[in-house]
Amino acid sequence: MIPIGHFLILSAMLFAVGAAGVIISRNLLIMLMSIELMLNAANLAIIAFSRMNNIVDGHVFVFIVFAVAAAEAAVGLAIIIMIFRNRESINADNFSLLKR
Amino acid sequence: MPDYNLRLIIPEIFLFLWALFIIAFDLGTKRKNPKLIGYLTMGGIAATAVLLYLYHGGISFNNMFKSDPLALFFKVIFLGSAFMAVGSSFDIIAQKIKNHRGEFFGLVLFSTVGMMFLASAGELISLYIGLELTTIPLFILAAYYKDDRISVEAGLKYLVIGAFSSAILLYGLSLLYGLSGTTDIVMMKINLALLYLNTNGIGWALLMAIVMVLAGIGFKLALVPFHMWAPDVYQGAPTPITALLSVGSKAAGVVAFMRIFIDGLYGFADAVMFPLDWGNIVAVLAAAAMILGNISALRQKNIKRMLAYSSIAQIGYVMVGMVAVSELGVGSVGYYMFIYLFANMGAFAVATIFNDNTGSDSIASYAGLSKSSPMISAFMAIFLLSLAGIPPLAGFAAKFFVFAAGIQAGYTWLVILALLTAVVSLYYYANVIKMMYFAPDNPTIKLNTPLSANIVLIIGVAGLIIFGVYPEPILNFALDTARVFGF
Repeated sequence: MIPIGHFLILSAMLFAVGAAGVIISRNLLIMLMSIELMLNAANLAIIAFSRMNNIVDGHVFVFIVFAVAAAEAAVGLAIIIMIFRNRESINADNFSLLKR
Repeated sequence: MPDYNLRLIIPEIFLFLWALFIIAFDLGTKRKNPKLIGYLTMGGIAATAVLLYLYHGGISFNNMFKSDPLALFFKVIFLGSAFMAVGSSFDIIAQKIKNHRGEFFGLVLFSTVGMMFLASAGELISLYIGLELTTIPLFILAAYYKDDRISVEAGLKYLVIGAFSSAILLYGLSLLYGLSGTTDIVMMKINLALLYLNTNGIGWALLMAIVMVLAGIGFKLALVPFHMWAPDVYQGAPTPITALLSVGSKAAGVVAFMRIFIDGLYGFADAVMFPLDWGNIVAVLAAAAMILGNISALRQKNIKRMLAYSSIAQIGYVMVGMVAVSELGVGSVGYYMFIYLFANMGAFAVATIFNDNTGSDSIASYAGLSKSSPMISAFMAIFLLSLAGIPPLAGFAAKFFVFAAGIQAGYTWLVILALLTAVVSLYYYANVIKMMYFAPDNPTIKLNTPLSANIVLIIGVAGLIIFGVYPEPILNFALDTARVFGF
């Protein structure tokens, strides 16, 4: 059996890649994908903990996170399409009207 | 033995169905009447408040849903903020939103349902669902003026930062779940205390979990250093939605903070002292929020941006009561949020009315308002003076109790800093009043207010004056909520 530490290290790495993607990338679609990666990293950690502790609460948690991630992606893509229609760009550097 | 007491979630079920009804009603009627939908929404919120009074008290779904005094108190705040946000948005709906009016009100109600579930969450899964159900409709609402570049940009910024912060929160929750082996918050405290005893230290994993959960909820609260989104989003979003964000969503963050940090990560468990000292971390963040919020608000020229920085400062004051973690601390935080509801919703309602009539948000354009609209200027002055904490109004009592709780818990330095920054805050609140009353006359037009907005303003002023002179009933109710945490 694979020890729990391996899963946790993988999940921490995925989370770090996702967080770095949100911070570094200037493309809105890549930022949204990176956020999904962070959510899935958390899912992996939850499932690993759930197996370690032999309780099934984590499985329920993960299903619910899937649903939430889907809702977030749906709203996110809709907003990105809307801003693309307004500005013809999905580069995050172009959106600074609100800096006075 | 599972208990599925559906009676306790009747208010939430009703509000959810009412939101669907509003959307369907708008779709189904030929002659669109924005006022009728608005009044139906307000009626639905009022009916939910009645149902809440009839069905509360108890625990259901194996601790997933707690209908305790704390939840009841904050649900009143959420319903009040949704009621006042809907009431002040009638002109916006009529003028700026041509299509999808039903969805606007429906999404406000969905978000309110999310806040209500969040207030009742006794468990990590229901807490996470409640938090997401609160924020996802607000992403859409912030971007609701589809053709307005500023509003869409606000929606986008809120989306990216909101989703990012909820991912951080989720990772923190997963660590808490893994360390404690349970999703129940009270069980979590006991298990973490045992872990603490066995490993002789809090451990890096637990520390990381606490920091991540604090960051996730800090974004919702707009607590410094997680506040960067607030001024931009507050400025760009439709003004009633800004008001809902700054009161409803913020109160939801406060109650989530209480559930996790006071119920789950503080206090005694099985005679084991469990001294996870998040108090000092949060005290430093609160100090930073008070300084940065108040100093930045000084140089704002846009009223919504000014109120955004003021709300960052206000959450700093709230956190003074929170770090006290005592009966007075929890009670004063609840009382503060209750008074903040009237003052902030009122101030944003005036900003909405002003923008509907003049199309401007800048503070300079308020010049001479007292000549053309004396009533609304007087109301605005009352709201701002209450936010600043001037004695006869309720804002003073709220600040007083929060600071008393801070001193009682030994955070004297924080309270002194809070008093100093409160003096600074008087300057920018008084600046708006000075503009309205003493600035040389600008040719301002007389403000027309719809009946619903007048109702909102009168509720706001009445709340501030009545609870300022006679705070006992609400204060006792708020202190009663502290029983939930065993104080």
